[in-house]
Amino acid sequence: MFYREAGQFKTSYVADQAVFPILQDQIFIAVWLAIGFVLVPLVSSEYMLRAIFIPFLILSLAALGLNILVGYCGQLSLGTGGFMAVGAYAAYNFCIRIPSLNPLVAFLLAGGAATAVGIVFGIPSLRIKGYYLAVATLAAQFFLDWMFSRVAWFTNDTPSGSLTAPPITLFGLQFETPVRKYLLCLIILTLFAMVAKNLVRGRIGRAWMATRDMDVAAEIIGIRPMYAKLSAFAVSSFFIGVAGALWAFVHLGSWEPLAFDVNRSFSILFMVIIGGLGSILGSLLGAAFITVLPLFLNQLPQWLGASISTAMISHLEAMIFGSLIVFFLIVEPLGLARLWRIGKEKLRLWPFPY
Amino acid sequence: MSKLLSITTILLATAAGAMAATDALAQANEQFIPALVYRSGPYAPNGVPFANGYADYLNLVNERDGGINGVKIVYEECETGYATDRGVECYERLKAKGPTGAAAFSPLSTGITYALTEKVSADKIPLVTMGYGRSESVDGSVFPWNFPLLGTYWDAADILVQHVGKLQGGLDKLKGKKIALVYHDSPYGKEPIPLLMERAKRHGFELITIPVTHPGVEQKAAWLQIRQSRPDYVFLWGWGVMNSTAIKEAVAVNYPRDHMFGVWWAGAEPDVLPAGADAKGYNALALQHSAGQGPVHADILKYVYGKGKGAGQKEDVGHVLYNRGMINAMLVVEAIRTAQGKYGKKPLTGEQVRWGLENLDLDQKRINQLGLSGMMQPLKVSCSDHEGARHARIHQWDGTKWVFVSDWIEADNSVIRPMVDEAATRYAKEKNLTRRDCKA
Amino acid sequence: MAFFIEVLLGGLMAGVLYSLVALGFVLIFKASGVFNFAQGAMVLFAALTLVRLMDMLKHTFSPLLFALALTVLIMIALAFLIERAVLRPLVNQPGISLFMATLGISYVLDGFGQAVWGSDVYMLDIGIPKRPIVLLESVFPGGVLVPSEDLVAALIAGLLVAGLGLFFQKTRIGRALRAVADDHQAAQSVGIPLNYIWVIVWTVAGLVALVAGMVWGSKLGVQFSLSLVALKALPVLILGGFESILGAVVGGLIIGAGEKLSEVYLGPLVGGGIENWFAYMLALIFLLFRPEGLFGEKHIDRV
Repeated sequence: MFYREAGQFKTSYVADQAVFPILQDQIFIAVWLAIGFVLVPLVSSEYMLRAIFIPFLILSLAALGLNILVGYCGQLSLGTGGFMAVGAYAAYNFCIRIPSLNPLVAFLLAGGAATAVGIVFGIPSLRIKGYYLAVATLAAQFFLDWMFSRVAWFTNDTPSGSLTAPPITLFGLQFETPVRKYLLCLIILTLFAMVAKNLVRGRIGRAWMATRDMDVAAEIIGIRPMYAKLSAFAVSSFFIGVAGALWAFVHLGSWEPLAFDVNRSFSILFMVIIGGLGSILGSLLGAAFITVLPLFLNQLPQWLGASISTAMISHLEAMIFGSLIVFFLIVEPLGLARLWRIGKEKLRLWPFPY
Repeated sequence: MSKLLSITTILLATAAGAMAATDALAQANEQFIPALVYRSGPYAPNGVPFANGYADYLNLVNERDGGINGVKIVYEECETGYATDRGVECYERLKAKGPTGAAAFSPLSTGITYALTEKVSADKIPLVTMGYGRSESVDGSVFPWNFPLLGTYWDAADILVQHVGKLQGGLDKLKGKKIALVYHDSPYGKEPIPLLMERAKRHGFELITIPVTHPGVEQKAAWLQIRQSRPDYVFLWGWGVMNSTAIKEAVAVNYPRDHMFGVWWAGAEPDVLPAGADAKGYNALALQHSAGQGPVHADILKYVYGKGKGAGQKEDVGHVLYNRGMINAMLVVEAIRTAQGKYGKKPLTGEQVRWGLENLDLDQKRINQLGLSGMMQPLKVSCSDHEGARHARIHQWDGTKWVFVSDWIEADNSVIRPMVDEAATRYAKEKNLTRRDCKA
Repeated sequence: MAFFIEVLLGGLMAGVLYSLVALGFVLIFKASGVFNFAQGAMVLFAALTLVRLMDMLKHTFSPLLFALALTVLIMIALAFLIERAVLRPLVNQPGISLFMATLGISYVLDGFGQAVWGSDVYMLDIGIPKRPIVLLESVFPGGVLVPSEDLVAALIAGLLVAGLGLFFQKTRIGRALRAVADDHQAAQSVGIPLNYIWVIVWTVAGLVALVAGMVWGSKLGVQFSLSLVALKALPVLILGGFESILGAVVGGLIIGAGEKLSEVYLGPLVGGGIENWFAYMLALIFLLFRPEGLFGEKHIDRV
């Protein structure tokens, strides 16, 4: 009853092709944007912004990128950390070597650099499939990790190999306070999510999905697998590269290759699968789940007033985190996004569920 | 499905409620001291004793003295797992707790130190990196908030070179010798390289650098290279499992253990015990102290463990890393005490504690009073010198315990200081910082 | 020349150790199509259990035997539990969900193992000699140094592979396992109970993990890092093929030798530390020629 599209007539092609053709969806998105842009900055403490919302937004962007590759195009990748590192180091080098460059442009160029690297490491996908590809992308992960810690040029000859991001100044504004940083990330994420949403419902997105569902069949109906797979690698790496640049510049501020190690790749793959493969909303839900849950579990005993040793808390955190992943996979193997879809179905029928 | 949703709602509701409750807990006469620890994960065997020593000393001050001049210490741990992003989260979580915020952070990770260096100067909280961190942060005029007390990696490398020079009969005898640095491939492991290169240039020895990938369980190739190049000495810059593995691989290629010298983070019990009898003869730097107990340990056993409030096992009190954690806590407490002399006996802000750290002056008499005689040298921090002391000794594992095999060696500031100045100036230029005038 | 042989031998021995971990992956993938990322965590858990039980039972006349028996029982219980709690509810789900589920299991096992048994370093002494042996002294000056520890490990691995081979080829259960590996539905239709087979496979994988844990643990000390050796087994797996026991062994040898030779001879030219990615690159090059690995099964896609 709340979510009924009956009676919403589309009278023009434009209306028919709208991103969110249903009024309820438009309201829903508008409410969330209002919460994100207005409510959160107003009520959140510095800790919430710095330690939860900013990482959540940046990792959402990375998860969105990976979802394009894994969820829409069906190419399993464990090289996300490496591609994020490409973004971070490229952005650093653009900023250091061209001091007058607008950081925003540097982020986009960093995305471009990640795209190039992504395409190179995507080439094996033309021949290798499934888990073999997943493990092969680890080659990218480990190679890039190594490259950034060994080739001194990338770190501007810093002896320790640890880099510090230059401050971000855009249009005369210093992005130092958590609120500004948060808004910067939110704007970038919103724009990229819109791009992704439009890409996946267009021709290229359909080519990806056809390749995902069955690459041989897709080839027969005239989709070039090379074009489809490499474009997915390119777009995905672009997103991930920008996320990496943000992670380094906005969240960490100072980083080393270990910040983009293989665990980062795994945790972003977690987000995509827990959130829902092939769903943009899912990427965000998954990122929220994976970022917030460990912190929540870690602090829960203290809030409840239980005195458990730090070691035990972190062991419990790992155990509960692992069990919840298994639990969610059992309850809803298609991810959290699927829960939302079920919710919509229920809302459409409620209160007469037949 | 609805059950699931309701569970989620309940969880979220508890979270929101609990968060509101914690903020109200702040009380008056308490000094909050945070601790970033790692008690799980690959580096836990080394992180746990350090964290225990840290916690026990703070507890001792509360139990024996009733706090620092009557100001009770409130202490909270946060698990980082040696991961930089978790470390940053912990910092954000703890920095504003207590009535006056965090007194000082000791992250026990070079990576986290780098990540926090800029954040602490914005939040005005000192960062105590005892025996680790950025080597150039000795220069307090550029790094007002960093305190690499008791020594940096450049000091450590310098002392090791001096020691092997002595073994050869003089630094000039190092000419034509080979020294291999087997290092953890991270900022931590890379820190000593510039200094060793400088020393190699001066004395004409050949430096071979061999990186080992985190966490360091696979080192066969590294040690085969050592077998091939047969260096006269091996310096080991490892942490955690990497150290014991290195000793075992040295056995496998017949490299003599008494020609191996670890940094002070490669010279504790968890580093040698897994190698068993094979570790006999292995040397490492001792950051002032080694293992062993003094009067302060008797107090810890009596006031902390006697009341069942110990953080770890009674038997582990006095291990190398335990002592290091304890001394780290002691330095923070003494800095607060020093600052109380200026600002009054009340809870202090990070900014005030920073003043205490910068004016920290522990003479032999005070060290004896603290029950640490023989474990450390006098230390005097100043604006231009944020480490306060740069002495260390070499200790050797005799199969069951650590034994000192050298006298105190002081790092040669005529070598290090120009490098510190250069690096600090470069940092200041990159960040557009103006140097503080230390004479003012 | 002597040095080259040493590096090669060292690499081959290291490769055998990787194979030990890779074997566990192969067993489970073969029988159930699950890419079991928890194998590393199982290695750690088994080794931790063994070493702590040995410590608790140190007053009995043979702590090793008793602890070993108990650990085997625990690993069986674990297999049973995983089958019940994770695999059965997830039957017929896409492979990637199962893969994620095993990642979840690895978190649980890491946390549980450390919570129950502690996160210290524990020494495991199962009597493997440590002194290196010098061979061929007459041929090369200085001879060729062979670590005896690695020799024993290689011997154990050889025995294990032979044992698994016999088990798969000659026993009734082994035949059933092979039938399941070939075709789940066909196997089920001739009356092979799938759930029961899965418990057995996970048990066998658990026992392989125990052996790997003992060998690695006596080498490194039993501690958390053991669970990270899984990452070293992955290039071995893709090189050898996910379904082949022989592939795990041959792949291990190639990867081990390749990465050590590259690190020693190419590494110094580019600053060192290359063995980690070189193993993956090597595997990737093999894959470009044989996309299913050296001994993997060829899949033919039909529309």
